[in-house]
Order: sequence, then C-alpha cells, then structure tokens
Amino acid sequence: MHPLLLEQENKKMLMLGNEAIARGALEAGVAFAAAYPGTPSSEIALQFFRISLETDLYFEYSVNEKVSLEMAAGAAMCGLKTMVSMKHVGLNVASDALMTLAYTGITGSLVLVVADDPFMFSSQNEQDSRFYAGLSGLPMLEPSTVAEAKEMTRYAFGLSEDLKLPVILRTTTRINHSSGVVTLGPLTKRVTRGDFKKDPFNLVCIPSVSRNLHPRLLEKMDKAASIADQSSWNRSQGEGKWGIICNGVSYGYVKDAVDELNIADSVRILRIGFSHPFPESLVQSFLNGCEKVLVAEEGEPWLQQAVHAAAQRAGLTIPIQGKEEGLFSRLYEFNPTIVKKAISVFFGIDFVPSTPVQTPDMPEVPARPPNLCPGCPHRATYAAVREVFGDEAIYPTDIGCYTLGLLPPLKMGDFLIAMGAGVGTAGGFSQATGKKVVAFIGDSTFFHSGLSPLANAVYNNHDFMLVVLDNGTTGMTGHQPHPGVDLTHMHLHKKTVSIEAAVKGLGVEKTIAVNPFHFRKTVDAIQELADYRGVSVLVAKAACPLYDKTLPGFKKKRPFFVKTEKCSKHRLCTEKIACPAFLLDGQEIRIDADRCTGCALCAQICPENAILPIPRKE
Amino acid sequence: MKTIRVMIVAVGGQGNILAARVLGETAVAAGIDVRMSEFHGMAQRGGVVESMVLLGDGTGYCIADGEADVLLGFEPSETIRAAAKCSSSSIVITNTVPLPPFTVAMGQAQYPQMPESLKKLASRVQNLIMLDALKIATEAGSPLAVNMAMLGALAGTGILPMEPDLFCRIIEEKTKKRFVEINLKAFQAGMMQADNTRS
Repeated sequence: MHPLLLEQENKKMLMLGNEAIARGALEAGVAFAAAYPGTPSSEIALQFFRISLETDLYFEYSVNEKVSLEMAAGAAMCGLKTMVSMKHVGLNVASDALMTLAYTGITGSLVLVVADDPFMFSSQNEQDSRFYAGLSGLPMLEPSTVAEAKEMTRYAFGLSEDLKLPVILRTTTRINHSSGVVTLGPLTKRVTRGDFKKDPFNLVCIPSVSRNLHPRLLEKMDKAASIADQSSWNRSQGEGKWGIICNGVSYGYVKDAVDELNIADSVRILRIGFSHPFPESLVQSFLNGCEKVLVAEEGEPWLQQAVHAAAQRAGLTIPIQGKEEGLFSRLYEFNPTIVKKAISVFFGIDFVPSTPVQTPDMPEVPARPPNLCPGCPHRATYAAVREVFGDEAIYPTDIGCYTLGLLPPLKMGDFLIAMGAGVGTAGGFSQATGKKVVAFIGDSTFFHSGLSPLANAVYNNHDFMLVVLDNGTTGMTGHQPHPGVDLTHMHLHKKTVSIEAAVKGLGVEKTIAVNPFHFRKTVDAIQELADYRGVSVLVAKAACPLYDKTLPGFKKKRPFFVKTEKCSKHRLCTEKIACPAFLLDGQEIRIDADRCTGCALCAQICPENAILPIPRKE
Repeated sequence: MKTIRVMIVAVGGQGNILAARVLGETAVAAGIDVRMSEFHGMAQRGGVVESMVLLGDGTGYCIADGEADVLLGFEPSETIRAAAKCSSSSIVITNTVPLPPFTVAMGQAQYPQMPESLKKLASRVQNLIMLDALKIATEAGSPLAVNMAMLGALAGTGILPMEPDLFCRIIEEKTKKRFVEINLKAFQAGMMQADNTRS
C-alpha cells in the first residue's frame, strides 16, 4: 500500500513537502488530479500517479499545465474534489484558462498548487506567482512549514467549496523539497462520480455573460477578504513595539532569527498564510501597535506593497520597509544569515554572523557541471547535427535534459526561453537572418507546446529544420509519461500518439525518422534535410538510458573499451562527443566500463576503429 | 533541544538523499523534531547533491555559512567546496576517496591535492575525521554502501542524541531488503572508525 494511504490517525511521519501536500489532498478526499511535471512540484503528481494505480483516484499527466487545469475544471464543474499542480512557469501556460475560470467559478472544489523557485535551482526564471492571485482574483494560501502544507491543503479544498472558486496554494522550493514531521489526520472517502448541471448563461463566457460574472467574482473576493481577515492562517505572535510581517517559508527564517538574536520580547511577528485577498483590517490593527515594521518576503515586494497600502488607508505613517537598500534583495532565496542581518540592521541590534572557516588559501575545487548521461541519445543527435552545420547554423532550443547540449563540445543551444519556444522562435531567426536554423525540442515538450508553433511554421512557409529529440519519456523531471509513451508494462492501456504522424498531419512535407545511434545514417538524413527549403523535421528516436533500465526485459549491452594498440590519440572521440564514461589515464583514453552503456556512438566516430565492445567471457 | 545542524554533501549517485532520510527517520523514531532540505538539481547527470538536516528546535530548513555543527562529505573535494558551512566549532567527517568530475577525467581541470587541503581544514575546525568509506563499504559487501559507512561515522562521533541501535532499526526498515545486511555492516564499521578517533 502506498504510504500516504495510511489510516493511522495521529501517527507522525517524516514527509517531503510535496508528499505532505498530496496527503492533505487525500485527507480532504481528492478524487481527480492532473499535472504536467515541473520541478519543484513534480513529486506531488508522482504520489497521485502511484496512488491512482491502486485506488479509484483519477490521475493524469496532461500534455501541459493549461490542459491539466482544464481537465480539473471539467471534473470540478461536476462537483468533484480536484487538484492540479505545476511549477511557477507552468502557471503562465495555464493562466489563460485560469483567468476566466475565476469568473465561472466551480462547483465541487479545485486546488491549484503552484511551486515557485526562488534562486532558480532548476528553472528559467524566478517569477513571483503571487501576482497571479491578484491578477485572477483568486484566494491564495502560503504554507510556512511542511506540516502546515498538509493542513493548508486540506483546508484549501473546503475554502474552494465554500467560495465556489479555485484556490491557489502557493509554495516555494524550500517547502516542496524540504522534509518535516507531519501528523496524519483522517482520510476522507473519495467521491469519484458527479454530474454536470447545464447553465450556459452563467458558464459560457461570451461578453454578455462575463459582464455579469465579473461583478460576481468581486463579490466572492469581498467574502474571501472577510474570511482572510478572520483566518487563523494569519496569526501574530509575541509582544513589543517592533513588528515583522512575513509569509510562507520566510516565517521560518524570521522565527529562528528572532529567537537567536534574543529579541523575542521586543518583536511581534505577523505570519500571513491566507495572503489573497489581503487581510487588510488584520494588518491595520497589527500596524497600530508597532513603532516600525519590517516586511520579510522572498521575491518581489508583493506583501510590502499591500502593507503600505493598508497603512496609508489607516492613516498610519510608521516606517515600513522590506525590499530596501541594505535590507532584503528582490533576487534569489533567503537564508538564515540574510534574514538575521536584515532584522539586526532594521531594528539596530548588534549581530555578528557566525564566522565561516577561512578558505581563500584552499585550492580551487573543480566544478561539476551537469552533463548528458553516458549513453544519452541526444548526444548522438547533437554530434551529428554539429557534423553537418558546425557553428554556422542558429540553434534555438527548448526545456528538458537536452538543454544541456548547450555545453561544449556540443554547443547546441543558442536561445532558450520557454517550453515550445524553440520551435516558435526558429521562424523568427530564419526570417531575420536568412541563415540556416536548426531548432530542438524533446518529445514531452513537443506534446506540451510544440504542435501549435509547428503548424504556424508550416502555414507561414518558414524555413528551418526541427529536430525532435524523442527519448520516449520526460527525462528531466523523472520519467513521467506523455502521449507518445506506451505504459502497457504497467497495465495502463493508453493509446499512444505518433510524433511522426502528428508532424505529417500538421503538413510538414519533409520528415525523416532515425535512430541517432546509427551515426552515419543520421548525418546523411540531416544532410538531406539541410538542402530542403521550408519546414523539415528530423525525429531522432532512441530510449533514455536511465528510463530504459527500469523497463521489463532490459538487458545491459556490452560496454566498450579502447584498444590501445590501435588508438592514435587524436581524441576525436572525447572532443566530439565528450561522453562522461571516458577518462584520461596519463595520455591514454580509457572507458569506464561501469558507466558505459554500450551505445557504440564513440565506436562509430573513431576513424581507427580502436573502440570495441569488451569481448564476452567464455 | 538545541538545534544540531548537519550538512551532507556528495556527488550524484552516492546515496546522499537516502543517508539524510535514514538520519531524519531515526530522529523521528527518537521523538526528536527534524527538518530537512535537499538540493539535487541534476544529480543523475553528475552534479552535486546537498542535504541539510536540522535536528531539534527551530523552524527554518536551511543552514547558513558558518552554522553547520557537522559537515559530512562523501567526496573530499566536495567537503572542501562546502567548508564555508563550518565554523571553528564544527566537526567534519569526510570520505577520502576522490571521485573526479568529468572535466578532470578529461584533463581539462585539475583535481586539487586533497591530503594537504584536508590538513588545512583540520586545523580550522574542532575535529576532522577522515575515512576510506569506499573500502569500508566494499568490505561490507558493496561499494554502494558508502553512504551507510558515512552515516555510521556520524553516529560514531556521539554528537547526535540518537542511539546507534535505533539507526540500525531504521536502516532495516527503510533501505532495500537485499542491501540491509551490507548496509548494517557498513554502518557499524563506519561507526567503529569514527569512535576510534574520539579522544
């Protein structure tokens, strides 16, 4: 049985923040969940996926976040308890649906988890999703701890049901990927069937309908604001003339800092957990008792602006600061020292940070840049494209493991902004330069956002080659399925969608599919496409070696070795493909047999045929 | 209970996350509050993996520079990289077996002289324990048990308020069945080694 289905009430368990969120949803009786994987949110979906295999919980990996939200919206409209989870940039994709879903509202409940990534541990930007709550007019909750993440999730379902609105549960990486002790509550039985009541003049958002819906949303926001003002998720602690207002994970830093600086007697802390609509009256009465107030929040001065506005309306002129010079930065994530320092500066307390050991005289430690794995088929495709175009072509790329192809020696990646934008920008590059453009996109990303820009390119007669790097899974986030992935080995009978057929269906007239580990054939195919004017597509199809290893019937291939007598040490193998299974032993190139997957790419690059499979032992 | 902050650094694939998990679960079983935070951006692709484990009082999930009570380094150059997490009162436990990054394997970067650097570090912290965790793990039955040898060494320092027996129970419960015996052996051997260095 999945550990999150444990019925033992009051049992204490160590959980990852994302597991706690999934457990909270189960305790609330979630019946329908959907997601597109994205760090730091991925493990929420992973729990639902596993649980859906052993219960009647419906879960699906949708092709993108907008589709996830739309799926959940449909189910919620039938009265089900639903959840969608995504990373911050995923909400950009889903936002189109979200803005109007706020107008229609929902029956049942819908909790939208959005995981922000301050410091961009694994994201293309560190946007602050809290603005989406303001933009859409939806209630937002922000947990401060892993334990609270579970409780708040459960609460969010009830709130959503009461207000008949989607509720945003906003986290940051340090909640999603932290672990803490969680006390189990009772599980609520799932209701997996509902019914849809037709009501087109309230649900079909043509202008005349929406004109009535917008005022209704504002009424719901008023109701939500009075709930926020009373909410026990917004709590103050301590007494004193100094105030600190904080949210989410920042509370932990503030609480520890106040204790460690020994100023608990002088400081009142207001933790805002129900942060949109902004609990204005509550904040005003908090401000009333303070001489000065510091706002501690990662990211943008979202809370600070709201506090300023609240103070102004109450006619309060006390100093309120946060994202000021010498206090908090709008960049990256907090750490305990940053917060202690800002508090000590603002309130004028002596603070000597712990002295780290001195390291300037230590040798510089070599970096460990991430690399495409040994046996990764993308390396083979990139090497083949480089063989044909070198540095001459422009290479827009996309989001996934294959983004790592930007590193030398492959250097395949010149522009990257968003899922699907590799295809979308390719036409712009070729139109503007007249140069050859080769765009890259992974298979999961292709289904996420690659189809529409490809149709656009065909229609508008753009001239570029698109390479679909199809490794049969969503590699970067941990091997989640997508419409191209067959899951019959898990007894899940999904009807798979062929990328090649989709490409042809969109009107691409020139398409070649290759196994990139057949190096010469791949180079020939690229050469053939290079001479074609218009949109052409190369589908480079070979399994992700990490995923392949987990499939039934997997047999490890024989690893390769370098036959020293034949090797003339020109190092074409390492210079062209830089597989991490290579190592230098003095001047000799060797292959680490433990890391080599036997893909044979290097063997095809070596002009001396000095790279051979290790002979079988008799 | 006063907070004890343990920083664990390793290279992807060395079992850092599992070691942190066992440490955390042992704390839960002992009724000690625990908070953990991991950073494993591209672990499977050769990157660095960090875990932060905070036992006892407090609310935050992170360890700032100079605030680690213990630094557990599964790879010597990673120990040096994370040295700024330590202060003069920290205990450092490090594996001495290098795992050079790909750039070093290809001769594009230099792997530093570890014994010298570790000696410097030893003079700046309260205690530095060095062990060949790979040897211990291999002797226990699998090179994959480096993480359990390191965890054993941590338990052997006596800095944690948890009994070694409890660690063993959690290792039995939380690690893969076919590795339990090897893991326990590695844990105990690691513990002995750290215990021997205590004065």
